Amino acid sequence: MFPFAPADLDAVLLSLKVGAAATLLSLPAGLAAAGTLVFSRFRGNTVLDVFVNLPLALPPVVVGYLLLLLMGDRGLLGPVLRAAGIRLVFTWKAAVAASMVVGFPLLVRAIRISMETIDRELIRVSRTLGATRVDAFFSVVLPLSFRGILAGSSLMFARSLGEFGATVLVAGNIPGVTQTLPLAIYDYASAPGGESAAAGLCAVSVVISVAVLFLHEGLARRSAGEV
Amino acid sequence: MRLELRVRKSLGAFRLDAVLETDDDRVGLFGPSACGKSTIVGVLAGLIPPDEGRIAFGGETLFDRHAGIDVPPERRRIAVVSQRPHLFPHLDVKRNLLYGKHRRRGEGRSIPFDPVVEVLELGSLLDRRVHRLSGGERQRVALGRALLSGPRMILLDEPLSGLDDPLKYRIIPYLRNTFETFEVPFLFISHSVMEMRLLSRRVFTMENGRIVEETEPEDLAVRRMGTGGGPYTNLLRLSCPRRRDGLAIYRWGDAELAIASDAGPREKVFELPSGSIILMRGHPGAVSARNLLPCRVERLHDLGSRAGIELSCGKERLIAEVMRETARELEILPGISIYAAIKASAFREMF
Repeated sequence: MFPFAPADLDAVLLSLKVGAAATLLSLPAGLAAAGTLVFSRFRGNTVLDVFVNLPLALPPVVVGYLLLLLMGDRGLLGPVLRAAGIRLVFTWKAAVAASMVVGFPLLVRAIRISMETIDRELIRVSRTLGATRVDAFFSVVLPLSFRGILAGSSLMFARSLGEFGATVLVAGNIPGVTQTLPLAIYDYASAPGGESAAAGLCAVSVVISVAVLFLHEGLARRSAGEV
Repeated sequence: MRLELRVRKSLGAFRLDAVLETDDDRVGLFGPSACGKSTIVGVLAGLIPPDEGRIAFGGETLFDRHAGIDVPPERRRIAVVSQRPHLFPHLDVKRNLLYGKHRRRGEGRSIPFDPVVEVLELGSLLDRRVHRLSGGERQRVALGRALLSGPRMILLDEPLSGLDDPLKYRIIPYLRNTFETFEVPFLFISHSVMEMRLLSRRVFTMENGRIVEETEPEDLAVRRMGTGGGPYTNLLRLSCPRRRDGLAIYRWGDAELAIASDAGPREKVFELPSGSIILMRGHPGAVSARNLLPCRVERLHDLGSRAGIELSCGKERLIAEVMRETARELEILPGISIYAAIKASAFREMF
């Protein structure tokens, strides 16, 4: 087996933690954004669409830098965060924030595609049966977009595991604190003699990604069997 | 319950400008496709906002442009059953049925679950996923779901159009039983005169976004005899037959009708095509048809090359269709007596 240092294990666990936290925290906003884009006839929809997809088009380093400008001590939200006693920059939470922004378009896109396939008549029928808009969203739209939510979440989780550019800027690369799997691989790969450790972590990364994809396929098949 | 609807709505090039007022609980809305019937459904259910007008039902204003009232669909309690059943694919039959019932919020009538399941014969389907249901079963579940939501009115928007004839005639008794048992007012939308006659008591006819007349379903059928609606079909509701020589003998007004049917004691509806009635000026003495009815000619309807002869037989009415030439040769005029010969096999049991 490959020799793993304790910090390597930390990096793997941190990556999983950051990925899971980013995905879960983004879900409510992702659902709201997808729901708005699909079902509302709100005029600002095009702007919202561009805004949601922007992180997909921007280099992650740019996203990271913008986040730094926003959340840093002298950033736009700096005073608010300081007043609330929250310190984000150079903590693992900043890595979560970076993953949330970078992965958000993927989450919304997948949920949106599945929401678009829902027969609108089902929603109208639910309204005539006594469901309010919100109730119809939770009792009809949400269960029927389950596969999209699943697909979006796995995509976003996988994207978070690979997040590098934005993370290194806002969270730094502190072993045991903010060093995620890609950052650890980068460190090993750029230091002399780190090749075998880098290869080992790459293998771990491949295993995790394959596991996520299998899990996603399995759940999707199960939900397809039910619906 | 009183329904008052007076609305205008423009949808692209189409203009709806409809006035409908009725106290009847079994109302039909009849018209060709794309005449605006489904827009009326949307407007009544609260799914399509009218541009102008007022809608009131059972004394409550549901929409009034001037007063700024627009009750949202979930508070109108007007359920819709349309051509496609639109069952929720993620729920089984039972949870589909209960969807509206769980959202009643104490408003409207509570219609109990078990009797609905019984009347619609859904007992064996409750645990099934909806994609494993047949077309007729789906439509029954949709009807049950609408009913259980405790609606003040059900809009039946062409609920039978997607079904073939045998299936349609199996569903109609369910609809009739349902509305008789639970006494929910309905507005039945269809382009079929036959369906109107089988289900509604009062019919509003729509053309190009306007309601152009209000009639009884029978009058509608008689009126439309010659206008491309196909030949007229007599409908006979009969019950409690005796059996004689393998035939069912039904009382029909003062007369008896012998029908080739193995029907039981329950009320049956038979159709008798107007063209299969043979008219004779005098008693023929011997005739192969099992039914020979003395009738009086009430009215003649001009159907182009054919003539519709409206006959009375005691209190009952029949319409026979013959070539116009025949009617002239036999000197068929209102007031004369005539014999109608009908074969026992000419009657078709609908349900």
